[in-house]
Amino acid sequence: MIELQGISKQFGPEGPPAIDGLDLAIAAGEVMVLIGESGSGKTTTLNLINRLAEPSSGTIRIDGQDATTADPVTLRRHMGYVFQGVGLFPHMTVGENVAITPRLLGWDKPRIAARVTELLALVRLPVEQYRDRYPAELSGGQRQRIGLARALAAEPHIMLMDEPFGALDPLTRDDLATDFLQIHRELKLTTVLVTHDMTEAFMLGDRVAVMRDGKIAQIGTPQDLAANPADDFVRTLIETPRRRARELAAIMQAGPA
Amino acid sequence: MGGTRASFAAALANLPDYLGQHVLLSLSALLLGLAISLPLGIIAARSRVLRGPVLGFASMIQTIPSLALLALFYPVLLVLSVFAQSTFGAGFRALGFLPALLALTLYSMLPVLRNTVSAITGIDPAVIMAARAVGMTKRQTLFLVELPLAAPVIMAGIRTAAVWVIGTATLSTPVGQTSLGNYIFTGLQTENWIFVLFGCVAAALLTMVVDRLLALAEQSFSEHSFAKLIACLVGLALVVGASLAPMLASGRADVVVGVKNFSEQYILGSLIERHLSEAGFSTVRRDNLGSAVVFRALTANDVNVYIDYSGTIWTNEMKRTGNPGRKVMLREIRKWLKDNYGVADLGAVGFENAYAFAMRRDRAEALGIHTIADLAAHASQLKLGTDYEFPSRPEWRAVSKAYHFDFAVKRQYQPNFMYRAVETGDVDVISAFSSDGRIAQYDLVVLGDPKGALPPYDAIILVSPSQAHDEKLLKALEPLVGAIDLETMQKANLMVDRSTNKRTPRDAAIWLDRQISTGH
Ligand SMILES: Nc1ncnc2c1ncn2[C@@H]1O[C@H](COP(=O)(O)OP(=O)(O)O)[C@@H](O)[C@H]1O
Ligand SMILES: [Mg+2]
Repeated sequence: MIELQGISKQFGPEGPPAIDGLDLAIAAGEVMVLIGESGSGKTTTLNLINRLAEPSSGTIRIDGQDATTADPVTLRRHMGYVFQGVGLFPHMTVGENVAITPRLLGWDKPRIAARVTELLALVRLPVEQYRDRYPAELSGGQRQRIGLARALAAEPHIMLMDEPFGALDPLTRDDLATDFLQIHRELKLTTVLVTHDMTEAFMLGDRVAVMRDGKIAQIGTPQDLAANPADDFVRTLIETPRRRARELAAIMQAGPA
Repeated sequence: MGGTRASFAAALANLPDYLGQHVLLSLSALLLGLAISLPLGIIAARSRVLRGPVLGFASMIQTIPSLALLALFYPVLLVLSVFAQSTFGAGFRALGFLPALLALTLYSMLPVLRNTVSAITGIDPAVIMAARAVGMTKRQTLFLVELPLAAPVIMAGIRTAAVWVIGTATLSTPVGQTSLGNYIFTGLQTENWIFVLFGCVAAALLTMVVDRLLALAEQSFSEHSFAKLIACLVGLALVVGASLAPMLASGRADVVVGVKNFSEQYILGSLIERHLSEAGFSTVRRDNLGSAVVFRALTANDVNVYIDYSGTIWTNEMKRTGNPGRKVMLREIRKWLKDNYGVADLGAVGFENAYAFAMRRDRAEALGIHTIADLAAHASQLKLGTDYEFPSRPEWRAVSKAYHFDFAVKRQYQPNFMYRAVETGDVDVISAFSSDGRIAQYDLVVLGDPKGALPPYDAIILVSPSQAHDEKLLKALEPLVGAIDLETMQKANLMVDRSTNKRTPRDAAIWLDRQISTGH
């Protein structure tokens, strides 16, 4: 359970706030998708949840506890974070990257090794083949899998994912997304996932929050949003995948002459 | 050919000492420099406010010529040492290792600082963000992410620093620290090009080996190759071990022999060493010291024995003018040294090495110049060549005041080149040294000093306060008192200074010793 109440975040002394009076409650076990245009405040919202950024005002509660008074380091070690642009440590091997949070938590070596093996299997990268490689020796998709594995390593119950499948080709993207949904259910995670792809949002999200200018323009299940878009902005956003599906269908029919 | 081989053998014989000292100095300076500049670089990378001043200071240090930086530390340390002596009752050696160490440490800082700052500030912010997100503290971020990622660039800075320090360490010879520079400074003075070359090649080889080894470390960080790091460490350990082993094995010397920066002093230094080691003392040399530096060092017991000249003490240290005559001056100097510093003056060696104006015989005769007074009459049309020291010494002021001369051109030379210049006619008159063998060799005439403006310069043996009552030491040096006349010293000097069939100062000292013992 993650609750953001009246959160504002102002970076510089001037300009509009990045987050502007945001209220958002994410239920335990839910996949909450944040969608919106670039600069609408999605990444900042994730950063506020694990205190990579501090709110200018408002409160954040995690499982009922005030997150702003908790030790941020401990807080982060118990949340997984998958980065936009991956953010693997280039000087560490795949195995070392995945093992980092357990290592910081002081797990013993055999337990860490077992966990690394388990996680690489989970993201479908054979451990003997990949453990000792460096991130530079992986494809974009493989790196994102490792990013996911690293975020899951310390058995968090909250996952923050910032465009986690962004750099993937469509097939792997669907594969990994499906894999993730399964992992999410198995591990009973609470996930906040950022995307700018409406199809992905509708496929993955139990609920979808549309963000604009640091605020929530509309929030609801994919069905709610599709049935009752709150305004033109949301409507165009939702229309996009439908329009493309129609266009695609038209091309397919006209295709074989 | 025999001369070349002898020079090479002499150079080789000095290698364990010079190389060991050079490596010890460079290594200490580099380690101390790293201990300061690494943390400072990390702090500067974090703080925008400090970054400017820190890098600015290090860059400023770099603009000071390295020789000047080394020279500056000696007086500073001397003042500190005197202060420490008076407040804590214990001073330290202001000459030699310490000033060289501090100057080189400062010198090593810029490349490490600059690379540390740019490496850390250049790390992709997304990686730092990831480090925080996986739950690293600031410290863990530094040690697990920032430093490992910055390591190749920092290592490149360390490499540059090492190359600079090893190269610049050759300049620590004049502040009394033995280094591979001893070959170069001594070689330059005695025109022993084998020595100069030997010093250059040895320093260059050492630099290259260390540079290659550190390059391995740099690669090991960027290529994640543990083997290369091991290879680098083993290589460095071998270099350091091999260079320091002979020095450590030899232990501490009993007596420090001070030597100024010209041939006669090298010869006399060797001669003193011979007599001391015969008496069972172990000795170490501090070569190529400046006049003022070596006297300060003697009074501070940093040097235990050296040979100075009465006129130098009289004018430079006692600040006296006028010329009371040889005997009186020697008596007054001895008393002054004892009363003011507790320095023992064992007495005159026998010859004088005076400042004297000298001209080529044909030129002097053509112009009808016999004395400095005659010279003054022609000075406005003549070119004067001096060494580096003379124009700033009181003797110059005294003699120009007495004779009112004003030369058309004044040039300064290394002593060797000064004789060459008068011989080739580049200058008409030089400030020669009366014991120099080249006066006879080049057929120069020494001009008379009718007004007695230039004081006498008897070579005298001085012993530091700490050793002033060491009977065994004084007895070992006693045979040198009154033992060498001007002609003999000129001959010994010429053996070293002449351009063909050159001998090393040590050979000349052996020859001189033989003259003394046969009581020629
Ligand atoms: N560290 C920062 N400093 C200043 N401004 C920032 C910072 N991070 C984000 N912003 C600004 O806040 C706004 C929201 O950014 P962000 O949350 O990254 O948007 P999104 O992830 O939706 O593209 C943008 O205008 C961005 O420029
Ligand atoms: Mg973003």
